[in-house]
Amino acid sequence: MLRVQLTRRRGEFMLDADFCAPMPGVTSLFGRSGCGKSTLISLIAGLLSPESGRVQIGDDVLTDTDRHIDIDARHRRIGVVFQDARLFPHLSVLGNLQYGARRLPRNAATPIRFDDVVTLLGLEALTSRRPHELSGGEKQRVALGRALLTQPRLLLLDEPLASLDLARREEVLPYLERMRDAMSIPIVYVSHQFDEVLRLATRVVLLDAGRVVADGELAEVSRHPALREIVGPDAVGAVMSGVVEGNPDGGLTTIRVGDAMLLVDEAAMPGQRIQIQVLARDVIIASERPSGLSVRNVVAARVVSVTPDVGHAVLVELDIGRTATLLARVTARAAAELALAADRQVWALIKAVSLRGHMFSAPAR
Amino acid sequence: MLSPAESEALFLSLSVAARSVAFNLPFAILVAWLLTRARFAGRTVFDAFVHLPLVLPPVVVGYLLLLLFGVRGPIGSWLYETFGIQLAFTSTGAALATAVMSFPLVVRSIRISLDALDPGLEDAARTLGAGPLDRFFSITLPLITPGILAGGVTAFAAGLGEFGAVITFASNIPGETRTLPLALYTALQTPDGDTLAARLATISFLLGLAGLLVAEFLARRVRRLVGR
Repeated sequence: MLRVQLTRRRGEFMLDADFCAPMPGVTSLFGRSGCGKSTLISLIAGLLSPESGRVQIGDDVLTDTDRHIDIDARHRRIGVVFQDARLFPHLSVLGNLQYGARRLPRNAATPIRFDDVVTLLGLEALTSRRPHELSGGEKQRVALGRALLTQPRLLLLDEPLASLDLARREEVLPYLERMRDAMSIPIVYVSHQFDEVLRLATRVVLLDAGRVVADGELAEVSRHPALREIVGPDAVGAVMSGVVEGNPDGGLTTIRVGDAMLLVDEAAMPGQRIQIQVLARDVIIASERPSGLSVRNVVAARVVSVTPDVGHAVLVELDIGRTATLLARVTARAAAELALAADRQVWALIKAVSLRGHMFSAPAR
Repeated sequence: MLSPAESEALFLSLSVAARSVAFNLPFAILVAWLLTRARFAGRTVFDAFVHLPLVLPPVVVGYLLLLLFGVRGPIGSWLYETFGIQLAFTSTGAALATAVMSFPLVVRSIRISLDALDPGLEDAARTLGAGPLDRFFSITLPLITPGILAGGVTAFAAGLGEFGAVITFASNIPGETRTLPLALYTALQTPDGDTLAARLATISFLLGLAGLLVAEFLARRVRRLVGR
């Protein structure tokens, strides 16, 4: 378990963060630009010193201002990947990959092998190239490999995709997923793009203006009011975990989420564990089970709460069994007509096509 | 092609300029690094002090050197008594005077390289397990080589022509401190020295041009080598 409790002041800006990250697992530090995420990463990595606080991995104390402990970054065994890759321009890709590995203590255990990293990240054809001959995505893969080869006990990824265009991001994301699943290294992943968090993280720490405003499992935080502020109304939607049951119906995939079976227009392997995001604006609520509709998913649900939302809308939290919870955005008038209130039994309608692109393979546990 | 006196002046110029660059570089790298990376009181004053030789008359620099490094000066007398080294009126002294004059040029050139260097690279090296000296030699130094080289070559080319500081501190001794510009000056003072003066001026012109061309060529090669 990574335990972080830090404060640092920079002029008007005060960073005051307190959170835990399970190990292994991917914990995402999520927040707007300028909310203190990168500063927090520098503090955990030991590149900056806090005013006060502690950083601890397991029983190993890395920073403790009370006891005047502040281990230098180079002795922390924490791998860092920066937004701008920071490859050494005068060294080849091979030289970059070996830079950290060459500086390991002589007696260090090396469970992460060079060949495995090169294969995992698809670097075979790149090793003799110079950094300026690489695309942005390739640079980040090399930076990732370079960090892995220092045999880190924790990996800090500071917006590794933020400087890439959409196509390059899509090119690198599968490598990040593969790395997450193949290596048992805990990861702290900084991002201000929620779709990256969806694809990679198990836990989310929500930062706003230097403070932790929410901290929990992805599903939990996906419904947190503070997240709505950050991602904007159109991206609001509950994230739920599920299991792929099969592909019975015209190429659609059936997944089990809570007590419900959802049809999704997306290919997946039966038995695969997934996370799915259902956008609040894509959910329709019916007071009786409707018929004669094109919608593929009609799910029995119980209203948990109705809260005001943007404009004339309300946000309805719906329990669909086994702690799976949906969010639906409907107009306040519709909510009044249907008499939506806590414990009312309703039907939630979700188009199978609206779920396309919102289902991701879940991290292995 | 060249008379003995001409080739003597030419080789003396080359040797003085080369030694002045050798004196310069280690200190210039250190000072450039201090001025870009270190935070200390009096930094601005120090910066101005480093640039003084650019604005002072060279004769003043030579005179100050004479006060400090002359046989009766505080440093000069110590050097002479301890190591038997005499700087004033020797070719080593000429090299020292030349080094002081070109020092700001070298510092400036290295500083430009250092300013262009992303300090994030040093942070990255730190997270990869490199200590401060290791970071300097494995990352910083190779990446500022273009600046060091450019500064070195410019200082060498400029050093070939240093006059005022050299003649004040090291005098005009044939075979010891009479470099090309001093020989040229001497020729101009001599009746019938016009031809010699013209020949020496031509040599100086060709040397300077060659120096600048070599500098540009090296800078391009090195820039490609460090991947910029």
